[in-house]
Amino acid sequence: MTSTIPLSESEASPSWTRYFGFNTDAKVIGIQYIVLAFFFFLVGGFLAMIIRGELITPASDLVDRTVYNGLYTMHGTIMLFLFIFPVLNGLNNLLIPTMIGAPDMAFPRLNAVAFWLVPIFGSLLIASFFVPGGPAYSGWWSYPPVSIQNPLGNLFSGQGLWLVAVALSGVSSIMGAVNFVTTILRMRAPGMGFFRMPVYCWTALAAQSLQLIGLPALTGGAIMLLMDLNFGTSFYRPEGGGDPVLYQHFFWFYSHPAVYVIILPAFGIFSELFPVYSRKPLFGYVYVSLASFIIVILGLIVWVHHFFPSGVPEWMRNLFMFNTMLIAVPTGVKVFAWLGTIWRGKLQLTTPMLFCLGGLINFVFAGITGIMLATVPIDIHVNNTYFVVGHFHYVIYGAAVMCIFAAIYHWFPKFTGRMPYEGLGKVHFLLTFVGANLNFLPMHPLGLMGMPRRVSSYDPEFAFWNVLASLGAFLLGVSIIPFLLNIISSWARGPRASHNPWNAIGLEWLLPSPPPEDNFGEHVPTVISRPYGYGSDEPLVEHQAEIEKALILQEATR
Amino acid sequence: MTSTPIPPPGQVVAHGEGQHASHNLTGFIIFLCSESVIFLAFFSGYAILRLSALNWLPAGVDGLEWHMPLINTVVLVSSSLTMVVAEHFKAKEKVWLFRAFWLLTMAMGAYFLYGQAVEWSGLKFSLTSGTFGSTFYLLTGFHGLHVATGILLMGLMLFKSFIPGNYSGGEEGVKATSLFWHFVDVIWIVLFMLLYVWRA
Repeated sequence: MTSTIPLSESEASPSWTRYFGFNTDAKVIGIQYIVLAFFFFLVGGFLAMIIRGELITPASDLVDRTVYNGLYTMHGTIMLFLFIFPVLNGLNNLLIPTMIGAPDMAFPRLNAVAFWLVPIFGSLLIASFFVPGGPAYSGWWSYPPVSIQNPLGNLFSGQGLWLVAVALSGVSSIMGAVNFVTTILRMRAPGMGFFRMPVYCWTALAAQSLQLIGLPALTGGAIMLLMDLNFGTSFYRPEGGGDPVLYQHFFWFYSHPAVYVIILPAFGIFSELFPVYSRKPLFGYVYVSLASFIIVILGLIVWVHHFFPSGVPEWMRNLFMFNTMLIAVPTGVKVFAWLGTIWRGKLQLTTPMLFCLGGLINFVFAGITGIMLATVPIDIHVNNTYFVVGHFHYVIYGAAVMCIFAAIYHWFPKFTGRMPYEGLGKVHFLLTFVGANLNFLPMHPLGLMGMPRRVSSYDPEFAFWNVLASLGAFLLGVSIIPFLLNIISSWARGPRASHNPWNAIGLEWLLPSPPPEDNFGEHVPTVISRPYGYGSDEPLVEHQAEIEKALILQEATR
Repeated sequence: MTSTPIPPPGQVVAHGEGQHASHNLTGFIIFLCSESVIFLAFFSGYAILRLSALNWLPAGVDGLEWHMPLINTVVLVSSSLTMVVAEHFKAKEKVWLFRAFWLLTMAMGAYFLYGQAVEWSGLKFSLTSGTFGSTFYLLTGFHGLHVATGILLMGLMLFKSFIPGNYSGGEEGVKATSLFWHFVDVIWIVLFMLLYVWRA
C-alpha cells in the first residue's frame, strides 16, 4: 500500500469478515467500535422501554420492584460504558488519524486490544442477568452501603460482575486514551501546529486527558468497593471505621469529568459541522480550542455538586457551587462561537446539520437546568428527583447522542464510500428531536413536583407527565428504525460517494472515500493554513489542486 | 511530559523504527502519569479515613514496627541508584557491567519483596481489621504488585540484552523500565511517610 494514489480496486479487495477479527487498522477498529456500541444501544434502549412501560401507570404492575432496580442500573451502565464511550472511541479511531494525516494510531495493537476488551466486559455485564440474585441493583453509581450488600454470599454476584466489568472498561479506556493522546501529540501532518488542528482533535485531546486523570480514581474506588463486597475490608463500612461518602468522592471525581469526556467530542462535532453547512469559518477558532482545556481544568474541580446533601460541609458546598457555575463561561464561549458561525451563513439543512441544530438547542436547555442544579438551595430541593434525570438525559441524549448521529451521517460517506439517504435521515431527525423532548421535558415538572427517581410506582398526580414521557420514550424507540434502515441499506447499495460530497475542508476530505488502509501513506500533504477556510480561496495544504484533481480522475475511472 | 527524545545528530534512524520507538516512550510516560492518580486516590482515601477515625489502631495493636521497613526503604531507594549506574554503563556500551548492575537492581527489588513478606507474616492484624488493616494491606499490596511488575520488566530487558545487536542505538524498553522503577520508588517513599513516619 505505498502507491501514490491508491487504486480503486483497494476498496473491493478487503473482505467484510475483517470486522470480526483482531484487526489493527484504526478504520476497521473504528467501525467495529461503532457497530458494537449500537448493538448495546439497542439492549440499553430495550431496558429503557421496559422502564418507561412500567412508569406509564402509577402502580408497580409490569415488573417486580427488584427487577426494576436492576433495569435502571443496567440501563445507565450499558448506555454509558457500552454505548457512549465505545461509540466515541470509534469516532476517534476513524477521525483522529485521518484528520491529522497519520497512517494509523500510534499503537495499533494496543488499539485492537482496547477494542476487544469491550465485548468481553459487555458479555460479563450481560451475564450478570443470569447469576443468582440478578444483576447489580444499586444504580449506575453503585453507592455503598447498598452496593456492598451480598446477601447470597456468592463471589460472582451481580454487583461483583458489575465492578469487574467497570474496571475492565477502565482498562480499555486508559489504553484508548494513551493511544489517542500520543497520536495527536506525535503524529500530526507536517505544518499542522496545535493551532492548525481541527477542533475535533482539540476536544478529543481534552476529553482523553480527562480520562487519564479521572479514570484511575474511579478504578481505585472500585477496587476498594470490590474488596468491601467480597473480602470483608471496611473502606466504606461505617462499622469498621469506613466512610461511605468517600466512595462518592472517588466515583464523582471521575464520573463528573466523564460527562465532559462525552460532551467535549460533541462540541468538536458542532465545531466541525456548523462551518461546513453554514459555509463560513468557525467563529473564534482559538477561543473554542482553548475553552476545551479550561473546561478540563474546571471539570476536575466540580465533582462534589453531585452529592450536596450527603453530609458535605458548608464551605465545600459553596466552593463547588461557584466552580460549577464558572463552567458556564467557557461553555458559553463555545455556544456563542457556534451562533456566530451560523449567523448569516448560507445554511444547508442536511441531515447532519439538522441533528447539530437540534443538539445545540437541547444542549442550551440542558445548560440552563445545569446552572439551576448547581445552585445549592435548588439542588437540595430537586436532588434525586426526576429533574436531575431530565437534565442529564438532555445532555447525554439531547446533545451528545444527537451529535453522534450528526457525525455518523456526516462522515458515513467518507468511511464507507456510500451516501446515506437524506429522506430517511430527516425522518430519523424529526422522530429523535420530538421524541427526546417529549420524553425528557416532562421530567422537569415531575422533579419540581417532587417525584423521586428510581421508583417503579408513584402518586397518581404524577401520571399526566409520566404518560407524556413514556410516549416520548416509545417515539425514541421507533426513531432508531429509520436510522438502522438508512445505514444498512445505504451501506449495501447506496449511491457512491465522492471524496468530498459536502464540499468540506479538512485533511480527511483529501482522501478517497473510503480511505486506503494507510491513509496518505508516505505522501502526507503539508498543512499551510488554519482549518475552516470557508469563503476564502486559501488552500489548506500544499498542492491541494493537484491532489483534488487526482482524486476526481480516480473517481471518474471507477 | 511531551518532551521528545531527539535522536542525536549523525545517528541513523532506521526508517519508521526510531520514530515509532519514541512514541512508545511518550505513551509510557502518559500511562505512568495516569497510573499515579490511582495511588493518589489510595493515598487520599487513607488520609481521609485516618484523619476522621476515632480509634485508628485496632484493639491489641499499638502501631507498626518500623525498623525492618526502614531497611527495606534504604534497599529500594539504593536500587534506583544501581539502576542509574547500569544505564550509565549501557550508554558506554559496556554490556556486561550493565547486566551486572541491572541484576543487582533486580536482586534489591526482590529483597524488598522478601522483607515485605516477612513483615506481613509477623503482623497481628489482617485485611478485615477495620480501616487500619484494610488500608495498610491495600497500599503495601498494591505497591508490592508494582515492585513485582518492575522486576518482571527488568528480567525481560535483561533477556533482551542477549539478543545480538538489540541495544545498539538505544533501547526504549530499558528507559521505560527505569522510569517505572523510579516511579515505584517515589511512590514507596510517600507510602513510607504515610504509613510509618506519620504518628498520631
